[in-house]
Amino acid sequence: MSDLLYTEIENDLRAGVRGLLDDRAGWTGVLAGTEKDDPLDAGLWRALEEMGVTALPFPEEAGGAGATWRETAVVMEELGRSVAPVPFLGSAVLASAALLAAGQGPGEGLTVLAVPLSTAPRGFAPTVADAGGRLTGEVRSVDGGLAADTLLVPAGDGLYAVEAGAAARTPVVSLDMTRRLADLRFDGAPGRRIGGPDAVDAALTAGAAMLASEQLGLAERCLDVTVAYVKTRYQFGRQVGSYQGLKHRLADLWTAIAQARAVARHAASCLAAGDPDTPVAAAVAQAHCSEVAVLAAEECVQMHGGIGFTWEHPAHLYLKRAKSDALAFGSADRHRAALAELVDLPPA
Amino acid sequence: MSAAPPTAEELDGRIDAFLADHDPGAGAPLDFLRARFDAGLAWVHYPEGAGGLGAPRHLQAGVDRRFARAGAPTNQPEANGIGLGMAAPTVLAFGTEEQKRRFLRPLWTGEEIWCQLFSEPGAGSDLAALGTRAVRDGDGWVVNGQKVWTSMAHEARWAILVTRTDPGVPKHRGMTYFVCDMTAPGVEVRPLRQITGEAEFNEVFLTDVRIPDEHRLGEVGDGWRVATTTLMNERVAIGGQDRPREGGMIGVVAGLWRDRPELRTAGLHGDLLRLWVEAEAARLTGVRLRQQLTAGRPGPEGSAAKLTFARLNQAISGLELEILADEGLRYDDWTMRRPTEVDFTRRSPGYRYLRAKGNSIEGGTSEILRNIIAERVLGLPGEIRVDKDVPWKDLPK
Repeated sequence: MSDLLYTEIENDLRAGVRGLLDDRAGWTGVLAGTEKDDPLDAGLWRALEEMGVTALPFPEEAGGAGATWRETAVVMEELGRSVAPVPFLGSAVLASAALLAAGQGPGEGLTVLAVPLSTAPRGFAPTVADAGGRLTGEVRSVDGGLAADTLLVPAGDGLYAVEAGAAARTPVVSLDMTRRLADLRFDGAPGRRIGGPDAVDAALTAGAAMLASEQLGLAERCLDVTVAYVKTRYQFGRQVGSYQGLKHRLADLWTAIAQARAVARHAASCLAAGDPDTPVAAAVAQAHCSEVAVLAAEECVQMHGGIGFTWEHPAHLYLKRAKSDALAFGSADRHRAALAELVDLPPA
Repeated sequence: MSAAPPTAEELDGRIDAFLADHDPGAGAPLDFLRARFDAGLAWVHYPEGAGGLGAPRHLQAGVDRRFARAGAPTNQPEANGIGLGMAAPTVLAFGTEEQKRRFLRPLWTGEEIWCQLFSEPGAGSDLAALGTRAVRDGDGWVVNGQKVWTSMAHEARWAILVTRTDPGVPKHRGMTYFVCDMTAPGVEVRPLRQITGEAEFNEVFLTDVRIPDEHRLGEVGDGWRVATTTLMNERVAIGGQDRPREGGMIGVVAGLWRDRPELRTAGLHGDLLRLWVEAEAARLTGVRLRQQLTAGRPGPEGSAAKLTFARLNQAISGLELEILADEGLRYDDWTMRRPTEVDFTRRSPGYRYLRAKGNSIEGGTSEILRNIIAERVLGLPGEIRVDKDVPWKDLPK
């Protein structure tokens, strides 16, 4: 059975990343950033690169940290807590997993996997055609697409590295303002084949497994913020957190988050170990954590009352990230449908 | 000062020596169990002279495994859960030397079964409101009242009993804790038939029952503190081992789904997958909890385990009946029986559905558990207590 706890190294890593994010990605700054033209916080991304957390699963001789997806998952938890606007998912998770599966080292500059964020891990079909290394087609809703230096594009029956300047890139007005997506168009863009469809499948499974940790971190943050608020808010002469109407829901949320922690750690451990059970673990993690993160963010908004519905309070940042994450790599229902096949519970 | 607690190696040495002297296959099982107790190898975390050696608690499982491998007779712990899990730690914590000597050995060997006389018809979640009266009479006490939800009362020799000795003070203060002889005159046990048709539990009527003062545990008026020790030990027990995937009730329904394609509908499929994921999440949460305990870092997640288990058992057993359709209309047997253990898998789906309703009531209702998580884990304000400073006799009943 996989180790579902956090190692000392993982706890140290968490402390380092949280310190950086507390310093550089406080929620007021994150909120202000959503109204700027820059799609990401480039300074924060550089700081994460300098910490060495953006290439954790690559071997040291390839320029990575020689760590595993377990440590990457801890970074994802912290990024979920802060909803920091950095393309970690599209780059350090998806592109890294594709490159690793294709036997490659880290890409040149900011490298991003060009797939729609909503792509489910099984049965992906490329929307880009390849004609002798020239790529043509469109890819919608790509995380990190605007900031990328290099795009990894699934086309035909291969995966191609494309210089980002060769694509027409259109910013998307995204539901999640802290993860701004881009639509990409290729008109005969030159690509270098680096791998096959297996690399894309591996990347999508890794994405689903890692996203669960982001959802866990986000849900924990929502619970923390909400519990703190209901202890200080008085109505009818009592703390609103003294009413069972709120207490019991918060107890249920805490219980669901404790479960999210177990399934997210399990998915990360399976992925790190190359366990054949990884597709099941990732699907369970997504089916569970997607709903827990959305519930946590929705309860955060509701239990804050009026202030939770305002632009000036961060609850909406969590809600938008949580709902967007629930659609990323397919909704919970799609993961349950995948499980039906994986664990032999066939439909009617 | 006592010596340092024994290590696993030292315990192994003592077990070797004990087994060399006591052939597990020969002689009466009871003699073997008594000797094991006297050697301090019964519950090794108990003190010397009380069946233990003052060893760390986590070494017990290894000791039990060694005796099992040697083919030693067991004390059948499943038949005396209240005694071993609740009465014994309370006797150990509050008993006099004479009480420990009298009660602990026959309790551990299984010679004497124990039951618990706590809940009353008027004191369920609010146990401290209990009204069974104990009045001093010479060198003893006379007890009158009614207890309920008492499993094993019809088999038990002894009971742990909480009574009201001073109705004139607020409820938490005027209680006293006793060991009650279940064979004493005035103790009447009646089966309490439950919604499944059987009777796991009893009602116990106490009419002018005489209890000698030597059977009082703790000080007069200190019964709540003693009872709290008992109840804390109830919650220490966390499901023992990691289960495989589909190891619980979900496995029964998943098997049904695979075997009977003609029963499948799209809506039921969605419900089944949802519960399958929840069951797997609960299973992994249990695995993680035990990893925390093994690492010496127990988390508060244990308090949520029963909440989850109750909800899932109820939802899964309800789904099973819906999948079964016509067969769900039938029940295996309404005959009134006295089962000694609850086994969800050996009875019909209808039994599972009905018995699971008890899971969110017994051992702390789900509502009380949510209060506990909210207050002790999340630090939210406690419930308003209108009865806190009111003498028990003046409370509305």
